[in-house]
Amino acid sequence: MSPQTVKIKTLKIDGIDLSARGGETILKVAQENGIWIPTLCNLDGLSPVGACRLCIVEIAGSPKVHPACVTEIYEGMEVITQSERLNRYRRMIIELLYSERAHICAVCVSNGHCELQSLAKVLGVTSIRFPHLIENHRVDASHDRFLKDDNRCVLCGRCVRVCHEIEGAHTWDFMGRGITSMMITDLNQPWGESESCTRCGKCVHVCPTGALIEKGVSVAEMAKRRQFLPYLKMMREGENK
Amino acid sequence: MKKPKLATIWLDGCSGCHMSFLDIDDRIIELAGRIDIVYSPIVDTKVFPEDVDITLVEGSVSNEEDLHKIKMVRSRTKILIALGDCAVTDNIPSMRNPYGPEATLRRAYIENTAKKPKIPNEVIPKLLDIVRPVNKVVKVDYHIPGCPPPANAIYDVITELLDNKTPEPIKMTRFGK
Repeated sequence: MSPQTVKIKTLKIDGIDLSARGGETILKVAQENGIWIPTLCNLDGLSPVGACRLCIVEIAGSPKVHPACVTEIYEGMEVITQSERLNRYRRMIIELLYSERAHICAVCVSNGHCELQSLAKVLGVTSIRFPHLIENHRVDASHDRFLKDDNRCVLCGRCVRVCHEIEGAHTWDFMGRGITSMMITDLNQPWGESESCTRCGKCVHVCPTGALIEKGVSVAEMAKRRQFLPYLKMMREGENK
Repeated sequence: MKKPKLATIWLDGCSGCHMSFLDIDDRIIELAGRIDIVYSPIVDTKVFPEDVDITLVEGSVSNEEDLHKIKMVRSRTKILIALGDCAVTDNIPSMRNPYGPEATLRRAYIENTAKKPKIPNEVIPKLLDIVRPVNKVVKVDYHIPGCPPPANAIYDVITELLDNKTPEPIKMTRFGK
């Protein structure tokens, strides 16, 4: 971007006067200024999609709440990132995620490394008020290195984006709608039989829960490494200049 | 002044939460000076008293006896606390939910038994169709998540209540801790 085209906007987040480049999102500006907004589907290095709605914020003059990851800033914008109403909605989202699949932290490979679990703690969720949806999704263990357990999936779509945007394989996608949505490989074929999968493992390491894991790990052993992503993205942007 | 009465009960759980309660170590002596433990697996009372101030419930509601107990306990308790992930979210006991009680019993007593496979039909209580956390059956006043919750979290919640403060267990524990 050449210097002439950069438009600086001024705005307020939580009462703090800030300036940022036009076109940036509320989340980006908040993060650059050390203001914490909870996120789950968002990941530095992947395009934002606004799927999980945890980053909802209030904007002065609007009765709605807005997802910070996909809402661009404008001149004079006033954003509130923490309020009783926002926290209530955010806690409800976590509870709904917990109630939709079988998130049994105590026996999960990602116990202690899980973003859903740590968000529950940070947002103060101590119980689930909604009835559990009782389903038993089949585990796909057909891949020789990795495993998919839909029972722990939160449908954030990070695997879809990293596979499409970074690896360029687009092995992952969504199938179905709403509560019947599932993650699939290729045309809903077993992962191990996928012809497009390059076995790179990026999907495993961006997955926020224990839904995509390396084979051979036991309870609480599946620590994920995500440092590669912003680095890869930066290097690719460098190549394209 | 009369000392507040504390009870603890154990439904479908592994006793790990009670172990964690005992892990408050010598502080249990200090607690004993401030409260009466009137009913618990660690004391010898046979009947749950009528007027308990605080009850800690470990385990989920999985069989007819659990259901009977938790309703009785709720009616005799001022402050009911779900202790640990089984009581809070139904946790590991709920892993049988997609299969149902018949398949669960068959797995336990027929398929995995070498000698005289037989599903018991007396003495042990009937399994409910669905395992539920305590808050899906009766009103729960506080939840202490964790598998098991750390001893400090349990101690903290009890002492905060004794001091007439509002406990915030999430500061010291989380699901699966």
